[in-house]
Amino acid sequence: MSLSRRDFLKLSGGTAVAGAVGVGVTPQEAAAQAEELRIAGAKETKTICPFCSVGCGITAHTKDGKLVYSEGDAEHPISEGTLCSKGASLYQIVNNETRLTKPRYRAPGAKDWKEVEWDWALDEIAKRVKDTRDRTFKVTSKSKIKEKQPDGTEKDVEKEFVVNRTDAIAHVGSAALDNEECYILQKWLRALGLVYIEHQARI
Amino acid sequence: MTNHWIDLRNADVVLVMGGNPAENHPISMKWITKAKEQGAKLIVVDPRFTRTAAKADIYAPLRSGSDIAFLGGMIKYILENNLYHREYVANYTNATFLVNPEFKGPGQLNGLFSGYDPKTRKYDKKTWSYQMDENGIPKKDMTLRDPNCVFQLLRKHYSRYSLDTVSSITGTPEEKLVEIYKTYGSTGKPDRAGTECYAMGWTQHTVGTQNIRAMAIIQLLLGNVGMAGGGVNALRGESNVQGSTDHGLLFHILPGYLAVPSASLVDLPAYIEKYTPKTKDPRSVNWWSNRGKYITSYLKAVFGKSATKENDFGYAWHPKLDEGMNASWLNLFDQMYNGKFEGFFAWGQNPACSGSNAGKVRKALGKLKWMVNVNLFDNETGSFWRGPGLNSADIQTEVFMLPCASSVEKEGSITNSGRWAQWRYKAIEPIGQSKPDAEIIDELQKRVRKLYQTAGGKFPAPIVNLTWDYQTAGKQIDTHEIAKEINGYYLEDVFDTKATPPKQLGKKGQLCASFAHLQADGTTSSGNWLYSQSYTQKEGKVINMMARRGKADPTGLGMFPEWSWAWPVNRRIIYNRASVDLNGRPWNPKRPVIMWDPVKLDKNTQKPGVWVGDVPDGPAPPMGTDGKGKYPFIMRADGMGSIFGPGLADGPFPEHYEALECPLQENLLSKQRINPAVKLFFGKEGSKEEDIYLSCDMRFPYVATTYRVTEHWQTGVLSRHLPWLLEAVPQLFVEMSEELGAEKGIKNGDKVVVKSARGQVVAKAMVTGRLKPFKVAGSTVHQVGLPYHFGWQYPEDGSGGDSANLLTPTIGDANTMIPETKAFMVSVDKA
Repeated sequence: MSLSRRDFLKLSGGTAVAGAVGVGVTPQEAAAQAEELRIAGAKETKTICPFCSVGCGITAHTKDGKLVYSEGDAEHPISEGTLCSKGASLYQIVNNETRLTKPRYRAPGAKDWKEVEWDWALDEIAKRVKDTRDRTFKVTSKSKIKEKQPDGTEKDVEKEFVVNRTDAIAHVGSAALDNEECYILQKWLRALGLVYIEHQARI
Repeated sequence: MTNHWIDLRNADVVLVMGGNPAENHPISMKWITKAKEQGAKLIVVDPRFTRTAAKADIYAPLRSGSDIAFLGGMIKYILENNLYHREYVANYTNATFLVNPEFKGPGQLNGLFSGYDPKTRKYDKKTWSYQMDENGIPKKDMTLRDPNCVFQLLRKHYSRYSLDTVSSITGTPEEKLVEIYKTYGSTGKPDRAGTECYAMGWTQHTVGTQNIRAMAIIQLLLGNVGMAGGGVNALRGESNVQGSTDHGLLFHILPGYLAVPSASLVDLPAYIEKYTPKTKDPRSVNWWSNRGKYITSYLKAVFGKSATKENDFGYAWHPKLDEGMNASWLNLFDQMYNGKFEGFFAWGQNPACSGSNAGKVRKALGKLKWMVNVNLFDNETGSFWRGPGLNSADIQTEVFMLPCASSVEKEGSITNSGRWAQWRYKAIEPIGQSKPDAEIIDELQKRVRKLYQTAGGKFPAPIVNLTWDYQTAGKQIDTHEIAKEINGYYLEDVFDTKATPPKQLGKKGQLCASFAHLQADGTTSSGNWLYSQSYTQKEGKVINMMARRGKADPTGLGMFPEWSWAWPVNRRIIYNRASVDLNGRPWNPKRPVIMWDPVKLDKNTQKPGVWVGDVPDGPAPPMGTDGKGKYPFIMRADGMGSIFGPGLADGPFPEHYEALECPLQENLLSKQRINPAVKLFFGKEGSKEEDIYLSCDMRFPYVATTYRVTEHWQTGVLSRHLPWLLEAVPQLFVEMSEELGAEKGIKNGDKVVVKSARGQVVAKAMVTGRLKPFKVAGSTVHQVGLPYHFGWQYPEDGSGGDSANLLTPTIGDANTMIPETKAFMVSVDKA
């Protein structure tokens, strides 16, 4: 039986016992379950909230490779164990039926997604990056600069300079990545010759 | 932030303007509340009576887009009532500098500064310069009386911002202006501090940079920069938007705020020459004089052994921008709309909802040949081809959607708004087949490199010479190895050759101790100089400083120097040299950030005299020390806090201009309605109808702004998919005053249509007392507001509504090109 919390509240109707133990469970059974906390025997891992930039501490409780609970890290000097509604919902980022779990591909003109294998998707993307880059690579480009004249004055002139870039691939994102990921991402994109690189900080 | 979150508790007055921390940075309110408990006053200025306003001692409304008028009035009040901190202003800011007598301001030139060219919409800044003495140092008048000194020019500029003019522009009642000016002005006393908290309510305007500049001027006048409980504090929106900016995921900067090279800088010496500021003043530290060390160490990190002195450390392999080329967000999507791009990565970002004028963005996506979309959830960008009003058969864009792991499914660091880089550990394996972003980047990098190695191709050098040594036992890509590369290594034994005998700074192969050891000769590497010291080595032992969890608080100010690590060099309050007087004594003895102990011995030199407290901005003795003292603003070539700011595109002093779309025919202060230096996308030959704007047009009579709610995050991809949060706030709403509701016959909960010149959304009406009509230029002006968290893709039944950014304009700030999504014009009608 699947119930949203709102349905549950409606069903439980405020009756103290039923409301406390849920539907289809006797008070005795519930009491037995309550003795074993959800986090009993769970491993604690320290993390930082992925939402806003306050940087609150969160403790993730895991058991058998599953996230069973997340809560504010009481030792964290900024948040001191407290979290807002988003931080308190970290559990649902992991335990969520709508998470993407396989790569998808949408062909030109297609009406639907197709699930694909990682190897295929990564190879195809690599081929497209190379193909686009090789066809559009600009070794030189014209720029207007101010050039000093023999008489000491400056004049606007247009000159050809080496630029070694592609203007046919753009990238946006992401302020949600870790520092180490941001660093290698920009490093790789610039090695490809991209200059259209932007992310959340601009907007 | 110049300061950090816990430091908010040290303020005597907290001004929240351009942000709403109770809603958007909820846990930070803990520290504002703590300040209040200790007697601080909280002032909130916002178009809407926000959740933060509900906790304020003083709340004042102001019309969206009129902040500079409000702040300009405050500058005038501070100067006229002598509330400024004279000693600080005279010694630590450029208020004493004498400006070129040819310089003219908007009071003389009808809204423009001298040097404007209407054809290019740009300023020639020749006259925005200083008078120099025979040594090439700006001339100063320490009495602040010279009519051409910055202080007097400031006074003259803001003399036009009288209470009645300001009130007429902002809609803020005059008595509220005076109450706030007086209360905030009280922090000009040396032993009091005021802090300012802003967010996108200040940045997302055509005058965004100048909004913040106006506040920086106020903070300098009041001597609040560098102080505990002071500073200018950007409350940043995403968990790692500070770190992602620090690491250069923007068109104009490399990691550590090094400029992206441009075409005419043909070799590394030319680059270093251009970006190394010079000063002839021996008392200025001029920190950016180290630029050459940082760019060289960056190139060594990126290209490793292939980067040699002979090949300019691989400088030529780096892509170059054309001179003057601006590849920022609005231009990027304009070029995409023009069909300029074949390929596009939307990596952990949802521009189909987050981009201003999202309707144009969605059309632009259809011009691509291929797109790679990396995310935790399906979203409006990756699925744009099946969006509302589109026939997918017509759209030829190929899309790859790659599932990435969440923050607890991988390991790495993120940097909060207070510049604390905090390490996160992996709690579980990635869900399903999802992969950490680092692994996806690694896979793509390796595959592309292999293609170039086996098949050749255009200009393979940067691709095949890129360092990529991140594999460790059992780990395909180990983020610790990346963190070490960012910190940097001694590539040879490195010595301080200025010391006699030369002193060894580091041993070949070890991690750098800090950026102070980086070299310009290729003997050190550092992927980001600003993060050098974050993952270091002490007595041979490797230490991840970002993972520290020490709780010591030696100053009692909540700086927690052993918790994680803050850039730069674990300094918790930047510009802290300005928190003391010329003799190194704290302006506020009750909350000393640093102080000079003239007796204590320096550990390195064994000579008496050291700073105690926070990590100071440099070890030099107090500024008043004969011949040795240094100016406090070490990142400025002149060493001074900038009251006069000639580096900006739109003027050395902030001036009020109206938003691109506003309810007024004219700017009440001058003939110049909008910021004269913004790039206009519409109204010239070849304009696109998508970029249309309509100002002071009867069809769109109400001022609108966008905002956020606690229960959602950004475009909602990471919050709409969480059942708890979606249940709490399930759909788009438009907030309006009871007066506007009555005028339009709209009741709370009614379905309404909100339209702008560019698009429309259907929303629930939220008719509240939190918004009130403004009295602007003698007329009644209504303002409405909408959150931008929603999109058609989820919830799948469309019940959430669509993005508020379908309404917002294609226009950006004159300096940053951040879109103006906080002030535009709409209509609201019952659906």
